[in-house]
Amino acid sequence: MEYINIVFQEVYKILFLLVPVLVSVAMIVWLDRRVWAFVQKRQGPNVVGPFGLLQSLADALKYIFKEIIIPASSNKVIFILAPIITMTLALIAWAVIPFSATHVLANINVGILYIFAVSSLGVYGIIMGGWASNSKYPFLGAIRSAAQMVSYEVSIGIIIINVLLCVGSLNLNDIVMSQQNMWFVIPLFPMFVIFFISALAETNRPPFDLPEAEAELVAGYQTEYSGMMYAMFWLGEYANILLMCALGSILFLGGWLSPIDLYPFNLIPGAIWLIFKILFLFILFALVKAIVPRYRYDQLMRLGWKIFLPLSLTYVVLTASYLFYFNLLPIN
Amino acid sequence: MKITRFLKTVLMTDFIGGLFIAIKEIFKPKKTINYPFEKGKISPRYRGEHALRRYPNGEERCIACKLCEAVCPAQAITIESSERADGSRKTTRYDIDMMKCIYCGLCEESCPVDAIVQGPNFEFSTETREELYYTKEKLLDNGDRWENILAANIKTDNPYR
Repeated sequence: MEYINIVFQEVYKILFLLVPVLVSVAMIVWLDRRVWAFVQKRQGPNVVGPFGLLQSLADALKYIFKEIIIPASSNKVIFILAPIITMTLALIAWAVIPFSATHVLANINVGILYIFAVSSLGVYGIIMGGWASNSKYPFLGAIRSAAQMVSYEVSIGIIIINVLLCVGSLNLNDIVMSQQNMWFVIPLFPMFVIFFISALAETNRPPFDLPEAEAELVAGYQTEYSGMMYAMFWLGEYANILLMCALGSILFLGGWLSPIDLYPFNLIPGAIWLIFKILFLFILFALVKAIVPRYRYDQLMRLGWKIFLPLSLTYVVLTASYLFYFNLLPIN
Repeated sequence: MKITRFLKTVLMTDFIGGLFIAIKEIFKPKKTINYPFEKGKISPRYRGEHALRRYPNGEERCIACKLCEAVCPAQAITIESSERADGSRKTTRYDIDMMKCIYCGLCEESCPVDAIVQGPNFEFSTETREELYYTKEKLLDNGDRWENILAANIKTDNPYR
């Protein structure tokens, strides 16, 4: 009996995290489209609900009622599994994101490694989708996407090493707490910029949306998908974007810490601050989508391997030597 | 020269400038309109849905000269006529196949009595094809409904014809 109680408690906790995440994914799609439209002086979705806030809900309803078409020559099991994997991996990474000192679903001591591992697995969903579709455009899109995600994960990993050198712990709450005096965005500003750009590439956002370059690849790995399966890819993509924004705000913008440790700011709960920071980063994501043209594939690879990788490696050396020389290394 | 270019790339000046332009554009008035709730301005010459007009005393203008039928390049107009009891020639049938019509406005140009005109209405989509075979009743009904605007449009456009 006690065992069942514990299970229920955990399920409640998970639902308490997952439902807001899914709702905010829906809202964030609306925000993305709206910001994009506003930059281009359009109205954007503004009909469904107040300011069009329920647009994503209407879209989701439409996707649910659409027919799911499975191509005859596809590998059916993998074809169906791919969107499920994408969405699941995008959602389970949220388990370790701390919303305050105590509000974290799984406060594990290797939180950052866990997130990194899960987001690396995300490429499997895309590759499986592209391969199982058994069609040329999804296949090419999946190959591109896989190469892109793998290359930019390298630089993201090295950027994370920079932060970890300053923190001395892999726990996400420790990372947040060690930014009490100064957010890492100040000493590690170049790394923050590179992290932001790599996050754009990691989540296949413009200007790195090569896997979905509609002029060349129709819709990339999503070409053969329809109905709810397409919607799941879509949800997973935006959940991943939100996750990257959350990761950026935890690593560099002080997570759930308030910007100034003063009286009126202290009253606002940490979760609100984290949401503000995620929103700030997301609006940057949306603005970037509106202003930049798409990269060419060789430019993308050059940026990842020839510029970001050496730059972040150099910065690791710089950070490490600085910390070592001034005896600031966090030793546990 | 090379150094300035390098600095520009590293500091991403163009990108940041673009970002600020984007933020500025957000607060500027929108170029698009909120269509079903607000509509764009339409020229008095606009060639939209057809209508058959009447004289102020209620008599229909059409004299069944069949010029519009003859001039119609898509052959969308069908007219049959006969003599009425008072001796005047009137149409017994005036059909326009709105799916054939190419909205060129030649019928309106050719009409000697300003009977067949194209009004400002462009929102007459239907769910079946049958509803787009316009009969004389439908066209006269259109004329009665839009008469004020149609008369005003003809008056405005008159000096330029």
